[in-house]
Amino acid sequence: METLNTILDVFFNVEIAVRVFPFLLQGLGMTLLLCAGVIPLGLAGGLALAWAASLNNRWLTAACAVYVDFFRAFPPLVLLIFLYFGLPFAGLDLPAIAAVGIGFLLNASSYYGEIFRAGIESVPKGQWEAARSTGLTRRQTMIAVILPQATRNVLPDLIGNTLEVAKLTSIASVVALGELLHTARLAQSLVYNPTPIVVAAMLYLALFWPLVRLLSRLEHRNIARR
Amino acid sequence: MQDGWARFAFAYLNPEVAAEWGPKILDGAFVTIQLGLATIAAGLALGMALAMLRASAPRWVQMAIVVFVDIFRAWPPLVVIIVLYYAFPYVDLPMGAFTATWLALSFVLASFAEEIWWAGLQAVPKGQWEAARSTGLSHFQALVWVAIPQAVRMTIPPLLNRTIAIVKGTALGSVVALPEILGQATSAMSLAGNPTPLTLAALGYLAIFLPVVILGRWIERRFAWKR
Amino acid sequence: MDVQSRPVLELAGLHKSFGGVDVLKGVDLAVAPGELVFLIGPSGSGKSTLLRCCNRLEEPDDGAVIVDGENILSPGCDLNRVRQKIGMVFQAFNLYPHMTALGNVALALRKVQGMAKDAAEAKARAALARVGLADKAGSYPAQLSGGQQQRVAIARALALEPKIVLFDEPTSALDPELVGSVLAVMRELKIGGMTMVVVSHELAFARDAADRVVFMDGGRIVEQGTPASVFGAPREARTRDFVARLAERG
Ligand SMILES: Nc1ncnc2c1ncn2[C@@H]1O[C@H](COP(=O)(O)OP(=O)(O)OP(=O)(O)O)[C@@H](O)[C@H]1O
Ligand SMILES: [Mg+2]
Repeated sequence: METLNTILDVFFNVEIAVRVFPFLLQGLGMTLLLCAGVIPLGLAGGLALAWAASLNNRWLTAACAVYVDFFRAFPPLVLLIFLYFGLPFAGLDLPAIAAVGIGFLLNASSYYGEIFRAGIESVPKGQWEAARSTGLTRRQTMIAVILPQATRNVLPDLIGNTLEVAKLTSIASVVALGELLHTARLAQSLVYNPTPIVVAAMLYLALFWPLVRLLSRLEHRNIARR
Repeated sequence: MQDGWARFAFAYLNPEVAAEWGPKILDGAFVTIQLGLATIAAGLALGMALAMLRASAPRWVQMAIVVFVDIFRAWPPLVVIIVLYYAFPYVDLPMGAFTATWLALSFVLASFAEEIWWAGLQAVPKGQWEAARSTGLSHFQALVWVAIPQAVRMTIPPLLNRTIAIVKGTALGSVVALPEILGQATSAMSLAGNPTPLTLAALGYLAIFLPVVILGRWIERRFAWKR
Repeated sequence: MDVQSRPVLELAGLHKSFGGVDVLKGVDLAVAPGELVFLIGPSGSGKSTLLRCCNRLEEPDDGAVIVDGENILSPGCDLNRVRQKIGMVFQAFNLYPHMTALGNVALALRKVQGMAKDAAEAKARAALARVGLADKAGSYPAQLSGGQQQRVAIARALALEPKIVLFDEPTSALDPELVGSVLAVMRELKIGGMTMVVVSHELAFARDAADRVVFMDGGRIVEQGTPASVFGAPREARTRDFVARLAERG
């Protein structure tokens, strides 16, 4: 009982939790804002990549593959550090938010690109032929016929990657962008108690857990279909 | 133009800085590789153990496993690392940066692996179990010799992708001062006042992970053909 | 009763229901050594359920299943040991796709009977030879035709030297031209003295290989007798209708 109280006092000190909560909520707001920015950015980049890869130009396809593999092999934190701490040496002083934006565009688009590519490839060739035979242009076919089916076929992967991108916004704390993890660490150093981090962890859980549940349902269906 | 290139090279491809700090980065690379291998070993072993337990255990154990897995799929790995590294010393459970990063990444990988393998196990046709049980194999033997090999096989591509993504997270250890590649590079960069160590770090990561990514692509294609 | 004539399989008052629906409503059946019992009946009459209760792939609700003198429903029964005495052949083959034919046959020999690898493989090869597939030992299921796959599945059951083999529509998933090879193997087994219970629609096979035809309907055995009597002069109206429809279908 005694130890339990001590542990509670350390990890979940109610008084501290109440005190830092508004501050953490600000961080949470920033995290949500970041997600709202970087997820569309990554999706757009990925779509562009997959589209380029589907143009049947050998060089373009190969270039896309190299791009994708490069950023799949490159830890996103290294990318972010390079953009934020490395580029100033070339006289390029990016604000933190820009470094995060570019870093996420490069990293997330490679993952999204790979998913969209697999989706496009999963649509039977006959769909292209049928659409083109009715006079639709390549572009129209892609937008009206192929992409809707492709997206549906890889929806679990898209949602899964979106969750990963959203979780990854936590690395923005390293460049002092005031998102949830950053505010929590700041608060922790001020109150000298880990409660803020624990509360932040719970906020992350509350934010992402529903998505995890949804995903595990979708993934089960996905693997069972194979 | 010439001048611009020279300045660029002096900053990012400086041979003297590279020579001076290269060995440090190499030290870091060993830490990264050790941490990566330890994470893969522990994460996959724990993930498999959890999947097997979930396939055999009573309902409340299954629920406990689902909760564990869900939590570590929902938490950003960096948050887990920081909780382990900064929070546990307060209850007299201090752990080094290596241990904290290793534990965090292993739990995360184990959770993803469990989820993927469990889905794979669910996809093994019921007839496979019945055939195995009808020849006298126990539930556990049928699991080990019949169901798991099939589940593992059909889940190799997604698991490989996930493993690479999580093991890349070794770089997150730098946040808790783990002297892996990135940690070495950033401290070298500030000491040398030159970003060449960061270039070396980038090359180091590519040297380690690019072959794995390419291998993954190859495996994925091979499996796509087989189907 | 001497050992020779003791039934290999004996079902007494077997009951089974799924979610309140009675599927088996008290089935009694004794299968003598070397006998081939041919089980027929309309879809949903409980044939598969009956077979699956014999090795407890389905758990019977009530009654007794006695295999080789041992009630396998008694609490102390070592199910995995008993199951080796009861071979089972499935409609969908259910071969393990990640193992070769040899691996499929040898798995239980090694893991259940604890045989050494060499011995298990030698025995597995012998079983494969019995079904005419000695040359396919190294092939994976995906590389075999349906008929070959089903024969491997039979070899998998035979290798354990069962007292009885249960066949649940072993040829229903096969293209017509492949059915013969499987039936030929089953005939060989019969000649070799194997005790068998076969659920199937292959009437020609029943006529010349079965000792007894059992007609089930609505979870009960309605009529049984020699093939000639059940097919030629059925006593019950339901049997007559069913046999007539089967014969029509060819
Ligand atoms: N696992 C189960 N859960 C619920 N109902 C079941 C289950 N297995 C069988 N049944 C039901 O039990 C009844 C008998 O099924 P069974 O498979 O034994 O019939 P059958 O005689 O083998 O038919 P068929 O000739 O179509 O194979 C059917 O109504 C079926 O729907
Ligand atoms: Mg049936």
